[in-house]
Amino acid sequence: MKYELDDALKNKDLRDAAVELLFQLADDDFIIAYRGSEWLGLAPHIEEDVAFSSISQDTMGHAAMFYQLLSDLGAGDPDHLAHARPAAERKNAILLEKVNGPGTYLNEPHYDWAFAVVRNYFYAQVKKVKIESLKNSTYQPLGEAAVKINMELYYHLLHWKTWFSQLVSAGSEARIRMEAAMEKVFDELEGLFTMGSQADELTKHNLIDSEEALRTKWMQLMSPVFESLDLKMPAQFGMESGNGRNGEHTSDLQTALDTLGEVYNSDPAASW
Amino acid sequence: MMRDKIIEALQAVKDPEIDSVSIIELGMLEELEIGADTVLIKLLPTFMGCPALDIIKNNVIKAVSTIEGAENAEVKFIFHPPWTSDRVTEMGREKLKEFGIAPPPRHIAETGEWQADCPYCSSTYTTMENLFGPTACRSILYCKSCKNPFEAMKPVSTLM
Repeated sequence: MKYELDDALKNKDLRDAAVELLFQLADDDFIIAYRGSEWLGLAPHIEEDVAFSSISQDTMGHAAMFYQLLSDLGAGDPDHLAHARPAAERKNAILLEKVNGPGTYLNEPHYDWAFAVVRNYFYAQVKKVKIESLKNSTYQPLGEAAVKINMELYYHLLHWKTWFSQLVSAGSEARIRMEAAMEKVFDELEGLFTMGSQADELTKHNLIDSEEALRTKWMQLMSPVFESLDLKMPAQFGMESGNGRNGEHTSDLQTALDTLGEVYNSDPAASW
Repeated sequence: MMRDKIIEALQAVKDPEIDSVSIIELGMLEELEIGADTVLIKLLPTFMGCPALDIIKNNVIKAVSTIEGAENAEVKFIFHPPWTSDRVTEMGREKLKEFGIAPPPRHIAETGEWQADCPYCSSTYTTMENLFGPTACRSILYCKSCKNPFEAMKPVSTLM
């Protein structure tokens, strides 16, 4: 069974489930793209500056696509959804909102490249697993968006996997820092797989595979990489700072929203 | 015929970032719906986050607005079917080369690797400098034969 936009608009149960899932997908991409954009001019070398900003731009494009699908379902104006929703309404995983490191973009940015590589690689692989699942979503517009996103995601994943493998296999300080970053990311990784309090609703309509299926698939895909680099994967992933899908967030998110929404909020009616 | 006139006008709308190539040659036009007093132009975006989309949209409207019956043309970006780099026409491929950009490679190895010939000297003796380039759809390469850096349009395919 496949549902088009009209079907979803007629079936409140289905519509609400699609909206919930789309907010999770949109908010994840939105905040990780913002964190990526904060690296502009600070990445390890100029080629990486070009690559990372391109990836962040694509990812923001994906968020925009999801916000548009939300708007089609009557959830509101896409710009408003992106810029004006308070932190407590956001559904992104907490892992993605965490700051890049101490300092700010303008003042003493001591950002952690190992954390950036691990977070982005693990996220890109989670996103790939979700996108593959979404290609078969019962909600047709989401399935079509997934096909489009997948083509761009291919390059993101390739990029982060290369960084990850090279830094880990470099040994000495690089490996130590990568292992520390992995520990930090694994402590929150479960937040990417969880679908929050409405998880059952999402799987009931076959909008996406279950949390467990997605997690298992991710572990299957990552295991050969971990093995080849002699790394250990923990048996369980954490969600130490809370569940972002349920609106729980850290102050990092609020600070990010204040910064990125500053221009928009100065005149929400302006046309850009 | 009105359809021909619109296509001719769209042929004049170039990619704002590669001004030798039209949106038709890039394979962005998917559908042209001509109603009694409405024209709906459905375009496929190349990359979703492409900042040129709004500019293209405005340029399309401007280009067709002088055609009788198309004054109120509407442009819609759709993503189904997805744009793939196979949609670039033969003419488009030639014009990309004129601009110094290698057209998207037709073959991608199972490993995901691909090669592009130098648009200046046609040598295949090239290396990838950066998969990501100045715009989302391009990569940066270097020709070891003529010693020129150049860009290539990235292959994008639903098979990836």
